[in-house]
Amino acid sequence: MTLFWHELRGEQKLFWRSRELAFFTFLLPIVFFVLLGSVYGSDRIQGLKGSSYLLAGMLGYGVAATAFAGLAITLVIRREGGILKRLRGTPLPAWAYITAVLGSTLFVYALESIALVLLGRGLFGVPWPHQIVSLVLTLLLGGVAFAAMGLALTAAVRSAEGSSAVVNAIYLPMSFISGAFFSPHSFPQFLRGIADVLPLTYFIRLVRDVMLRHQEIWDQPKSVVIVAGWGLFAAIVALRAFRWEPREG
Amino acid sequence: MTTAIVVSHLHKVYGSYEALRGVTFEIQAGEVFGLLGPNGAGKTTTVEILEGYRKRDSGDVEVLGIDPQRAGSEWRERIGVVLQSSAMYPNLTVEEHLALFAGYYSEPRSPGEVIELVGLAEKRDARVRTLSGGQKRRLDLALALIGDPELLFLDEPTTGFDPAARRAAWETIRALRALGKTILLTTHYLDEAEQLSDRVAVLREGRIVAMGKPSELTPEKAMTEIRYRRDGNEVVVETDEPTRTLHELTGQALADGFELEALEVRRPTLEEVYLSLTEDEA
Repeated sequence: MTLFWHELRGEQKLFWRSRELAFFTFLLPIVFFVLLGSVYGSDRIQGLKGSSYLLAGMLGYGVAATAFAGLAITLVIRREGGILKRLRGTPLPAWAYITAVLGSTLFVYALESIALVLLGRGLFGVPWPHQIVSLVLTLLLGGVAFAAMGLALTAAVRSAEGSSAVVNAIYLPMSFISGAFFSPHSFPQFLRGIADVLPLTYFIRLVRDVMLRHQEIWDQPKSVVIVAGWGLFAAIVALRAFRWEPREG
Repeated sequence: MTTAIVVSHLHKVYGSYEALRGVTFEIQAGEVFGLLGPNGAGKTTTVEILEGYRKRDSGDVEVLGIDPQRAGSEWRERIGVVLQSSAMYPNLTVEEHLALFAGYYSEPRSPGEVIELVGLAEKRDARVRTLSGGQKRRLDLALALIGDPELLFLDEPTTGFDPAARRAAWETIRALRALGKTILLTTHYLDEAEQLSDRVAVLREGRIVAMGKPSELTPEKAMTEIRYRRDGNEVVVETDEPTRTLHELTGQALADGFELEALEVRRPTLEEVYLSLTEDEA
């Protein structure tokens, strides 16, 4: 446990020191929320205020940016740079390292979620969420599931140079199609077909149900099972395919 | 004296390529052992098997009494590894790196002490992205030393150094030897192996082709060479009886009244032995 906390502190320092990463994963969802909220925050979407509807989408975009994209890019760069290989040469156990990296990622996502909720309240008058326990459980489920998908994705990315390009090419369209920025109900049929299989669609739907429609997380088993299922599948892939060594040597 | 590393009949195959074809050697505790060889000879493969990074196909390996393939954190406490390429976090300072890595070991040395030892004191608070290649390499060594290991693997630790930096690194390695550390060093610089190693093994195409003290490696293998010039032509005589041959030559020259111009008697250097051992038998 001492090792876990030690590494977690190290990971936090590393995250905030890397300005690009901190901006890309932490600040960008906040920037989008402020921008888009100013544009259509007062519209009504599916009987909900635009800014409230958008806040749920941004919590989904945030999980994709932080736990999925940011984690995958960080780990690919470390792997190809030989840092993961160097760490395997120290007594730090693999489990302590991976759990600390996940813990650090979830901590960043927690800060981001708090910032988004506070901004929503302060700027757009989004009401405070009622089902706090359910909301925390939902965000935790999303954080863990998408982090597992990020871990699995590292196996598919070959080089550090290509990591941002590949990861962005996946997580940005996914966020768009899943309705993080706009309501997918206005999307053409084929996009809705894709949205129906993406885990982010169900995560955003779950956040919306819990935060805006006053439901509990256990009232929405379908969304929970789909998000958790994707996470579980990704975890199995990650366990089999995660690599510690760079491609060359 | 105890044995730190035992390697016997080590084989490793990558696909259809036989990287190691029966490598056998032992390293005693407190010894500096140099593994020499051209690129592709199997140096890094050997070292990475001993470090626990790669699995062998056959043969026996014991490092500090344990099979590296099955070794855990306790074993890793006792070894230090400098890999062939530097790997660190660009945004952390030198001291932050050492503090972070010190936390992975149960009895680390103090970061300040290790920074002094590798000569990075004036870069203590510099972020790694601002360090030169040679300074990064010294930080590599510092990170390998932070856990106070008894056994140190150095894979080409001075490649890319300027001569002054190499001498400085050699001093550091000698200081570590004086502390009683066992060191396995790979290099393709012969002078480095000769300067630092108690014993050297030359690896070629996955086999050890010579092994011994640097000074012993020369005489057994090679003949003494006598060179002189006669009528503008260079004459080279190789002999395993230098006294007799030289005596005959000079006797002849005196008797016939000519001079052995540019007379030279020499034994091949380690470099020449190495080249003759490692070049293709074309």
